[in-house]
Amino acid sequence: MQKLLQSQTARRIAQIALVTVLVGLTIYFAAQKNYRPVQYVQLALDGLRGGTIYALVALGFVTVFNVTGIINFAQGAFAMLGAMIAVSVNIALADLPGVPRLLLAGLAAVLITTLVGVIMERVTIFPARDAEPLTLIIITVGVFIVLQGIALLIWGTDSYSLDSFTTFETSDHIIRLGGEAEGAIPLIIRSQSFWIWGTAAVLMAGLWFFFERTMIGRALKACSDNRQAAALMGISPERMSMLSFALAAAVGAIGGFVLAPATRPIYDMGLSLGLKGFIAAIIGGLVNPAAAVVGGLMLGVIENLGAGITRAGFKDVIAFLILILMLLFRPQGLFTRQQRVEKV
Amino acid sequence: MANKYGDVIGVAVLAVAVLLIGLFQVFQPGGATFGDLTGGIVTFSTMVRIGILTIVIVGLNMLMGYAGQISLGQAAFYGMGAYASAVFSTRPELFGLPESLVAMWWWPWVVILAAMGFTGLFAYLVGRPILRLKGHYLAMATLGLGIMVYILFRENFGFRTTETNITGGYDGLFDVPRLAIGGFSLWPVERYYFFVWAIALIVIVLAMNMVKSRPGRALRAIHSSEIAAETMGVDTASFKVQVFVISAVFASLAGSLYAHFQAAVSPAPFSFEGSLDLVVMAAVGGMASVWGAPFGVATILVLEDLLRARLDLIFEGASGEIEVIVFGGLLVLIMIFMPEGVFVGIRNRINAWREERAGAAGDALPEQGAAK
Repeated sequence: MQKLLQSQTARRIAQIALVTVLVGLTIYFAAQKNYRPVQYVQLALDGLRGGTIYALVALGFVTVFNVTGIINFAQGAFAMLGAMIAVSVNIALADLPGVPRLLLAGLAAVLITTLVGVIMERVTIFPARDAEPLTLIIITVGVFIVLQGIALLIWGTDSYSLDSFTTFETSDHIIRLGGEAEGAIPLIIRSQSFWIWGTAAVLMAGLWFFFERTMIGRALKACSDNRQAAALMGISPERMSMLSFALAAAVGAIGGFVLAPATRPIYDMGLSLGLKGFIAAIIGGLVNPAAAVVGGLMLGVIENLGAGITRAGFKDVIAFLILILMLLFRPQGLFTRQQRVEKV
Repeated sequence: MANKYGDVIGVAVLAVAVLLIGLFQVFQPGGATFGDLTGGIVTFSTMVRIGILTIVIVGLNMLMGYAGQISLGQAAFYGMGAYASAVFSTRPELFGLPESLVAMWWWPWVVILAAMGFTGLFAYLVGRPILRLKGHYLAMATLGLGIMVYILFRENFGFRTTETNITGGYDGLFDVPRLAIGGFSLWPVERYYFFVWAIALIVIVLAMNMVKSRPGRALRAIHSSEIAAETMGVDTASFKVQVFVISAVFASLAGSLYAHFQAAVSPAPFSFEGSLDLVVMAAVGGMASVWGAPFGVATILVLEDLLRARLDLIFEGASGEIEVIVFGGLLVLIMIFMPEGVFVGIRNRINAWREERAGAAGDALPEQGAAK
């Protein structure tokens, strides 16, 4: 019995059974809601916007994990800081015209958050770099608590708002597709969605260029491929560790900054963003940046559709269900063929 | 050499301290309650809460310290006990049970035991697949599990109608009855204090025996090297699941005691933050130390009361935020400098210093000892 349960075929059967049950449940719930096709497209599009942010957070996870082998729980806090700092600077510079104000807000958000990332690495990760994984996990959790506490101290429990970067010359900053006919439902896209998608695309291209075409990016990559060999080639793993945290913080802050107008930034938004980003990274297999991005988009779409056909409060339940199923059945990620040997 | 009786002495000291605090509160010499003794900062009910959480932390210590398995979702098991007690001891009719059970004094006790059994079974079913995961993956899986259970409490398991309002949603449940044995009520708070601490001490002694037995040694072996343990014939998977189940059962018991103590239950303490608080307490007490648990819990809860009461003297107008920052910072510092936990760390350091001194004293050449 024990043998049978652990065998490959049994696992396959369990997987198929699970997928069948999930698909069945989905169809059942969807049938109850009786949505029109355009409403599904709407849910998926909104999910894609959230998923893009998860993808950016996931990139931070992957970068840090590749170089240091650490899961940085504080990753979500970087996105939160990015959003909150941008909002604050935007309020502080209320006299300036729109464009420079927004640029300064974004710049301040990214610079300050990057600095936070570097300080975090120097003060907490570096002294404990030889500790057990359990210890390192708890350290990053502690840093997350501190960062969130500081945010609470500075910004309180209020939620803030940032204007969309551009408008469509309409009062509510959205465009409507279709829906002119009687009784038809229009597809609504918020202008900020385009900013989020565009920024993410530019950022990913930039990261690709950084890792493939610049000396320092290639040193980082070398360090994640083989730390020891990289050290022998004169690359300092400690410096690269700091750099990976800086990079992760910067990417997270940019994600938070472009997300800010699409949500109402609040001090505790980091927890959910961080966890979702991690799930996205897991879907992508944790070591592959491109796969993590796809994972983020998938997660965003699936959880939004799932919440749409059940209830809004269950969004996180769906995300974590995906996480646990992934961890149990495909810990190597959806897109990796062979089982990775090390499971630590 | 003191180690042989160290645990016994630890438990004895704890029991005496508990007894003294309780007796002080009961007899109130000079008309001063326990709260007055601390200038009103640490109240007597904090002492009860320390007892309740000690039960959770003993289990978590065994899981994290001895088996080396992290759980960032322990509050879920704590919540399962609390909600089971709150729901079934007030409204058994929701589940087709006779309503008259509410009036029976023994009914809450049956619920507590049933909740422990159910939580244990749940932990077993979930633990078997999840504990195959290691390190970060296990941390995230337990975290996800914890948040899912929390959301189910908060969202009333997805039911919308008021007739099926099981968990009370965000507001939670009220009017949970006090425990009683026959006609003897375990309330007022002094009685409940002695009851809770009796249970906590029993749990501590139980856990100590488990740790010293063969399973305990096996667990420590798993912590140091799982592969080596397996090679020596330890069924690591089964031991890990066992300790996971035990920790869940302890948490469920503590949750039930909490529900009957607060007479109300709301989802907040069982959230992710709740699980994190538990990990902080375990870390302060020392993960591989059973009797460290009550000290870890006491440190955090007393510190919490202290910060709440006196923080405005240090920072103008500061409140809960600083508390959060202090605890997070504390956790980071402990993990960097004393990953084995504060109490265990201090004990180890004292032991090392003693041995060093003993070695120096017994040495024929004292200057060698003086050199270090």
